[in-house]
Amino acid sequence: MSKIARILDTMEYGPAPESAKLANQWLDAHQRSFGLYCNGAWTTPREAQLFETINPATNKPLARITQASEADVDAAVAAAHKAHKAWSALPGHARARHLYALSRLIQKHSRLFAVLETMDNGKTIRETRDIDVPLVARHFYHHAGWAQLMDTELRDYSSLGVVGQILPWNFPLLMLSWKVAPALAMGNTVVLKPSKWTPLSAILFAELCHEAGLPPGVFNLITGNSDAGELIVRHPGVDKIAFTGSTGVGRHLREVTAGSGKRLSLELGGKSPFIVFEDADLDSAIEGVVDAIWFNQGQVCCAGSRLLVQEGIAETFYARLRARMEKLRIGDPLDKAMDIGAIVARAQLEQISALVEDGVREGCTLWQPSWVAPKDGFFYPPTLFTNVAPAARIAQEEIFGPVLVAMTFRTPAEAVALANNTVYGLAASLWSEDINLALEISGRIKAGVVWINSTNLFDAAAGFGGYKESGFGREGGREGLFEYIKSRPVAAAAPRPAPAASAVAAALAAVSRLNGSVDRTPKLYIGGKQARPDSGYSRPVRNAAGAIVAEVGDGNRKDLRNAVEAARAAAGWGDQTAHLRAQVLYYVAENLAARKADFAARLIESTGVSAADALAEVDASVDRLFTFAAWADKFDGAVHRTPYRAVTLAFNEPVGVIGMACPDQQPLLSMVTLLGASMAMGNTAVALASEAHPLIATDFYQVLDTSDVPGGVVNLITGARAELTRVLADHNDVDALWAFGDAELRKMVELRSISNLKRTWCERTDGKEGLDWAAPGDALIQHALRQATQVKNVWAPYGA
Amino acid sequence: MSTDRNPGIPLDLDWVAASRVNRSAVERRAATLPGRRTVKADWQAAWLIRAIQVIDLTTLSGDDTPGAVRRLCAKARAPLRADLVAALGLTDRRITTGAVCVYHEMVPTAVEALSGSGIPVAAVSTGFPAGLNPLDLRIEEIRRSVAAGAAEIDIVISRRHVLTGNWRALYDETRAMREACGDAHMKAILATGELATLTNVRKASLVCMMAGADFIKTSTGKETVNATLPVSLTMVRAIRDYQARTGHAVGFKPAGGLRTAKQSLDWLILMKEELGDAWLSPALFRIGASSLLADIERQIEHYVTGAYSASFRHPMQ
Repeated sequence: MSKIARILDTMEYGPAPESAKLANQWLDAHQRSFGLYCNGAWTTPREAQLFETINPATNKPLARITQASEADVDAAVAAAHKAHKAWSALPGHARARHLYALSRLIQKHSRLFAVLETMDNGKTIRETRDIDVPLVARHFYHHAGWAQLMDTELRDYSSLGVVGQILPWNFPLLMLSWKVAPALAMGNTVVLKPSKWTPLSAILFAELCHEAGLPPGVFNLITGNSDAGELIVRHPGVDKIAFTGSTGVGRHLREVTAGSGKRLSLELGGKSPFIVFEDADLDSAIEGVVDAIWFNQGQVCCAGSRLLVQEGIAETFYARLRARMEKLRIGDPLDKAMDIGAIVARAQLEQISALVEDGVREGCTLWQPSWVAPKDGFFYPPTLFTNVAPAARIAQEEIFGPVLVAMTFRTPAEAVALANNTVYGLAASLWSEDINLALEISGRIKAGVVWINSTNLFDAAAGFGGYKESGFGREGGREGLFEYIKSRPVAAAAPRPAPAASAVAAALAAVSRLNGSVDRTPKLYIGGKQARPDSGYSRPVRNAAGAIVAEVGDGNRKDLRNAVEAARAAAGWGDQTAHLRAQVLYYVAENLAARKADFAARLIESTGVSAADALAEVDASVDRLFTFAAWADKFDGAVHRTPYRAVTLAFNEPVGVIGMACPDQQPLLSMVTLLGASMAMGNTAVALASEAHPLIATDFYQVLDTSDVPGGVVNLITGARAELTRVLADHNDVDALWAFGDAELRKMVELRSISNLKRTWCERTDGKEGLDWAAPGDALIQHALRQATQVKNVWAPYGA
Repeated sequence: MSTDRNPGIPLDLDWVAASRVNRSAVERRAATLPGRRTVKADWQAAWLIRAIQVIDLTTLSGDDTPGAVRRLCAKARAPLRADLVAALGLTDRRITTGAVCVYHEMVPTAVEALSGSGIPVAAVSTGFPAGLNPLDLRIEEIRRSVAAGAAEIDIVISRRHVLTGNWRALYDETRAMREACGDAHMKAILATGELATLTNVRKASLVCMMAGADFIKTSTGKETVNATLPVSLTMVRAIRDYQARTGHAVGFKPAGGLRTAKQSLDWLILMKEELGDAWLSPALFRIGASSLLADIERQIEHYVTGAYSASFRHPMQ
C-alpha cells in the first residue's frame, strides 16, 4: 500500500516541523557563545565565565552564555548612568523614532525570534509565532507612541534614571518588551537580565538595538544566574527594579531594596480562578480552559489554574473537558501542529511532578489523557484534578505547569468567595452569557485583570499586574507608565525658619486665653466610636514650648487589631457611589471650616506656627478636602483601545485597608491629604496620629463624627509611631501602608511589608527632598490618588 | 456510534432555548484552529485526496444544460488526472467526488451520466434558494426529485421561522420534508448568512436535527455570506451535542466560499478536532463547491512534481 493510501486510511496528522536552520546558522555565526552587551559593545566571551543554555525539548545544549561578574554589572550600570542624561533629554519624538525602529526590526526578524525562543524555552512555535512575537512588536509600537507624547501628556513627569530589569523564563522576549519599551520611552536607561534558562532572544534583541543605532549605554544586557540579578538589584547606581517572577523572589527583592529609595515593581505569581457559570457557552469555555492552563505548558503567571464550575453543570463540563484534553497534542515544540511543548527545565518538571504527587496523596482525583508524553526532553501531560478541596495544597500553591484543579460552587457569592480565597490576585476568567452577572462578579474579584468570556488576552494598551501577593505596579497602558516616571520636583518652598521662642510664647499665651478649662480626655477612634486604649496607659503631649498640655491614649497592637477589623468591616464604603463619598468629604470640609479657629489654635499650640500660618494650614486643609471630594467621581479610569472587538475597562479600584503613619510636618494638612485620598477612592484607613502632635487627630475625629462618615472608614490611633507602624507593617489584613518619617521608619516599613506584599508609600519628611504638603500644582494630589487606587482591567469581548 | 440514519426526535424546546453561543469566543477558536493544526508533505497530499472525496461537485446556475451537467459528472468520476493518481499510488482506490449536486431539472441527466459510478446525485429542492414557495409544492418537489433518482435532497429551511423564533413551525415543516425524502438522505440548508446570529444558527441546527436531518448544511451558496469557520464551528458543536444526547451521528456540509485547497484542509481539521475521524468521510462530511477541485488538482500536481502547476493542465469540469 502506498504511503498516501495508508494516511488516507488513518487520516492522522503527520509531522509539520518549522525549520531551525536559520536559527542554528545565527548561533553558529556566534560560535555558540555570547558575551554581554554593555555600553554599545559586546564583551568577548571568556571561557571561565560561560555556562550552557539547553533546548528543553531535546535536553541538548544550544549555546554558552556569560555569567556576569560584579565588574560587568558595575560597567553596565555606569554605562546606563552615563547614557541617561542625553537619552532622557532627547525630545520625545527622537526617542519615539528609536522605539519605532526597534519595532520594525523585531517584525523583520520575527520568525528568527520565534524559532529561537521556541528552541530556548520549549514553548510551541505556534505560540511564539502567533502570540509572543506579534505582542512584542505591538508593545514597542505602542510605546513609541508614548515616547512621542511624553512631552505633552506627561509634562509634569521625568524619567527615573537607570532601571534594572529582571526577566522570567516563561515569556522571555514578551517580558523583555513589557519592561524595556516603557522604560526607554519614558527616558530611562536599562540594565536587563534575562533568565539563565532563556537568554537567547534577549541577546538577539541586543543585536537589533545595536543595528537600530540605539545610543551606547541606553540598553545594556547582563546574563547569568540569580547572582547576577542580585548584583543589579543591590547596585547603588540603580534607581528602579522591575521584576517578573515568583512571589518568593519578589519578596526577597522587596527585602533587599527596602530603605534604599529604589523604586520597585513586581509582577509575581498567581492561582487565578477560571469561573464557569451554568449559563455559559460551555464549548467555548472549554476552549477557554485550553487557552488558560495549557497555554505555554501552564507556565504562565496568570494561568487559569483553578477551575470553578457551578455544581449543576460540573459533571458534564468535566466530561467535555476530558474529551478535549484527549485531543491535545504534545511533542516537538517546533512542530506547527503541537498544542503543548516542553517544560522549560528539569527542575521545573520535577517541581510539577512533586506537586501533582502531593495532590494524589491528598486524595484528589487525577485524570490525564490516554496518550503518553514524549520521554526525550522535559514534557508533562495536561492534567486535571477533580474532587479538590480548597484546603488541598494543589488548590493553594502555584504549580506553574499544565495542571488544572477543579472545584464546584453553588452560587455567585460562593464563586467569588472561592475565587478570592487565595493570597494571589493576578487574574481571573469568568464565563457567563449574562452581562449582569458577569459585570457584578468582575467587580467582586480581587485581581488586576479580569477576562469575561475570554482568557489570556494581552495588549500594550491595557495594564497588566496584580493585587495582593501577585505583586504591584502595572505593565502596559497609561497606568504602566507611572512605573517609569516620577513627578518633576516642585521648586521646594524656602525652609520655614523655626519661630523665635518669644513668638511661640506669645502665641501660646494668646491661645491659652481662648481655651476652656474643663479637662478633656482624647481617646482612640475605632469603628466610629471613641475607645479607651487597651493598655490603660496614656502618653503626655507637649506644646511647642515643651510643656505638657494633655495626655493621649497609648495605643498598642490590640487597638490596631481592632482598628483594622473595623476598617475591614467598613469595606462597603468602596461600594458606595463616588457621589456619596464626595458629599461626605464636602461635609467634613464644611465642619472643619466651622472649627477653623479651634484647629488654628491647636496648630499654634502644637507646632508654634504663627497665627497666619496656622489659619493658612486650616484653609489649605479645607481646600484639600474639597479637592479630593471633587476627584471622588472624576478619577475614573479608562476604556483602553485594545485591538479586539472588546471593551477593555480600566477601573481605579480602592486598594482596601490602608495603614498610614501621619507625619509631624504640617500635621493637619498632611493628615487630611492622606485621609482625603483614601476616603475619596473608597478605601478605609487606620491612621496613626502624628506622634508629636496627636491632638490634631483627636480633635479631628470630632469633625468626622459630625460629618456622616460611616464608622470604620477612618480609624485614628495615638501612640508610639515606630512601634505601631511595625504592627501595621506586619499585619496581613492591611493592604497598603503609607509611612512618612525618617530613614529607619521607611526601611522598616518596606522590609516588613513583605508579609503580605502590601503596597507601600514612603516619603522622607526631612531635608531638601522632604514633601511640602502645601506645594502648588497637583503632582502630590495625583500621586496620592494613584496610591489610593489599583487598576483593574476588565476585558469584555462582545458580539451578537 | 450508530451508523444508522438520524430518525429525529420529538421537538425539545427546552434544549433549543438553552442554546448559548458566545460569538467572540467562537471566532477566536475558529481563527486559531488553522494555526494549531496543519498537514504537510505526504499528509497534505493524502488529506487533499480526502477533500476531493467529500466534495459535492456542484452546478446551480440558470444556464445549466444537460451538456454542462454531463461534463461535470465526468469530472466527478475522474476528478484527478490518472498520472497523478498513479504517482500517489492510488490507482487501486476509487477516487471520485462525494456526489454531484444539481437542480431538479438536471437530475435525470446526472443520474444517467453517473450510472455505475456509485456517485450519488444530490438535488437542491424546496424552492431553492429562498424556500418561499408554497409548502405543498416544496414537498412535491422533493418527491419528484427522489422519483427522478436523486439519492440526496438538499432542502432549504424557512428562515422566517428562525427569525421569528417559530421553532415548532420549522420543526414540522422540516419533518414533513424528511418524510417526503423517504430513503433519500436529507441535507438541511440553514442559509446561515441570513440567520443573523450564531445563537440562531445553533438553534436552527438543533431543530433540524430533531426533525431528522441527515446532514446540516451552512448555505445555498447564494447568500452574501456563505460558509465561514465560526458558523461551521457552531454547527458542528450542535452536531456533537446532538450525538451525545441522542446517539445519532448527523453529517455536516459547508457550502459556498470554499475555493482553495487550504480552506478544505481547514475544514477537515475542524471536523477531526471537534467531531472526530468519523466525520472525515463522505458519509458524514461533504463540501459543497464548484471551483475548489481545480485548486486541489494544482496543489497535488505540485506535491507530485515539485513544480507549481497551472489550471489549464487539468481537465475542466
